[in-house]
Amino acid sequence: MAEAQYEVDLGNLMAFDPHHRFVSPPSSREELSKASIEHGTKLVQAIADVLFSLPSREDQDGPIVTLPAPTTKLPRAKPLPKPRPPTNWEVFAQKKGIQKRKKEKLVFDDNTESWKRRHGYDRVNDDNDIPIIEAKATDEPGTDPFAERRKEKKGRVDKQEKNRLHNLKQAAKVGALPSHIQLAATALPITGTQSMPKKISKDELQNVAGMAATATASGGKFDKKLPGEKPPKHEKKYRKFLPAVEGSGMGSMERQQTEKVLNKLISKDSHEILNVEKAVNMYNVKSDKRQQKKQGGKSSSSSRLKPDKKSFKKSSNKKSPYKGKGKSK
Amino acid sequence: MMRIKTPGKGRIRRELDKRAPKLVETGKKTLILHGTKTSGVLNSVLTEIYHLKRDDSVKYTRKNDTVRPFESGGETSLEFYSLKTDCSLFVFGSHSKKRPNNLVIGRFYDHHIYDLVEIGVENFRSMDSFSYDKKFAPLIGSKPFFAFIGEGFENVDELKHLKEVLLDLFHGQAVTNLNLAGLDRVFVCTALSSNKIFFSHCALRLKKSGTTVPRMELVEVGPSMDMVVRRHRLPDDHLRKEAMKTAPELTKKKEKNVSKDPIEGKIGKIYIPDQKVGSVPLANIAKGLKRERREAKLMKSEDKKQKKQKQESE
Repeated sequence: MAEAQYEVDLGNLMAFDPHHRFVSPPSSREELSKASIEHGTKLVQAIADVLFSLPSREDQDGPIVTLPAPTTKLPRAKPLPKPRPPTNWEVFAQKKGIQKRKKEKLVFDDNTESWKRRHGYDRVNDDNDIPIIEAKATDEPGTDPFAERRKEKKGRVDKQEKNRLHNLKQAAKVGALPSHIQLAATALPITGTQSMPKKISKDELQNVAGMAATATASGGKFDKKLPGEKPPKHEKKYRKFLPAVEGSGMGSMERQQTEKVLNKLISKDSHEILNVEKAVNMYNVKSDKRQQKKQGGKSSSSSRLKPDKKSFKKSSNKKSPYKGKGKSK
Repeated sequence: MMRIKTPGKGRIRRELDKRAPKLVETGKKTLILHGTKTSGVLNSVLTEIYHLKRDDSVKYTRKNDTVRPFESGGETSLEFYSLKTDCSLFVFGSHSKKRPNNLVIGRFYDHHIYDLVEIGVENFRSMDSFSYDKKFAPLIGSKPFFAFIGEGFENVDELKHLKEVLLDLFHGQAVTNLNLAGLDRVFVCTALSSNKIFFSHCALRLKKSGTTVPRMELVEVGPSMDMVVRRHRLPDDHLRKEAMKTAPELTKKKEKNVSKDPIEGKIGKIYIPDQKVGSVPLANIAKGLKRERREAKLMKSEDKKQKKQKQESE
């Protein structure tokens, strides 16, 4: 009966009594602590009743119990890690059904007749251990077979490094880089959430370079161009001024422009250009405002009891319908 | 090509791997620090919280004038400290005229502030002021019990929040296997009013009761104090949703029709559709023919069957 009242979260070893209320509020500190500890004992006993009845297994240090999952959920400290995308090899192996198998670390070397490491320093079949390479009929004269072997080995190492970087790049795209790997551009260790800094594209760089070039007195006209540098986008002036002196061709353009504007104003549809209603509205609103200013000055001095807000609201209500009309047209 | 830096030493790599996000998190580290001014009470509160959580906390002893968790811009250096020390909980003490003996407990998610609770400390009694048999003193890192008493922890928003934060602060490592002999401490929290709780730390004594369940006895060992909730800030809804995610493997579906028996091992149940014996078509026995023909037909069909069997056996 008593246990049923308590909410027990066994995963966190927590019990909660939502119904408890002090019969009489404790007067002193001692009474308070005594009362709460007394009640706490009951709660702990309720947890223990469930806890000690769980199936346990004996250990050197005492009985060990498997706790159930906690019911009160607490937030995580860090985001969930994302799974790493499979590498190219893993995709291939999956397709072909190739399975990983264990290889011994030590291998018997026939040349030296001893057990040696498979990889690393002093390994089996080390290039350094081969004193003689027999010449073949296909060998070209003048080539060093030792140098060739070294070159081949270096090529294999380089290829592996390239593949590794490719795979890391794929992982970084998904945001699943291993935590100990740090991109050179980011200063802080990767916790799984920081996104890669965006690479500046070639075009963007060229634009910036072009803009910087025009910052000289000549507008970049006499500057030495760097190899691959593009000319600035706007070489010439943006504004054009037509000649004011009359003449033919370009000379008449200025006159045409002004005539066009004048015709628009003087033409018989000119009332369409001038929105009469809007103009009237604007005039009304302005005069309203002027009046308000006068009134506001008076009212503030004469009647302080009246709240200012109210008067303001009223006037604004009056104005708004006019404004709305004006805008709609 | 992308440049990549990897630590040259294995020790550093292992240390970085420890800080990496994990599918299942076991525990959170706590950062304990204080502002420009503290009081004597607050100093001892902070040290005693540090003593309680000695195994997974970091204590800063210098003044921090740029840390103001509730104000915008005041959390930047706090978040930096969290990143530096890899802590995801903090306890920040400050003392001012407006808010005397002020304690801000907060949590981080991904090294950004997740939520905050501000409490005032009253009627503080330190560990030293309690006299008890020292052999019952709780060990560092032991899994504590929690007892929350009072309806305030359910109805009042602030106390509900405080309950969750206190649980997160003191619950220690999340474990699945628990040694019953190592249980030795209890945190008792009692709601006194809508914003005030009584917080106390007790040692636990397991006494024989004659049954398998021992009788519990609490011995107050301190610290004990009253906590008055002042300001609190709950997490954003989307942030909470993000932070409450659990590993997908943990929510695996239950395997159906397979059970395990200690004697017989793995037992599986197989369901076979009804065989419908009643409606199976029988062999066609021709009727209304002469006896020879009927026999010949039967023989023929038998021959066919034999041939089939031969083919199958080959």
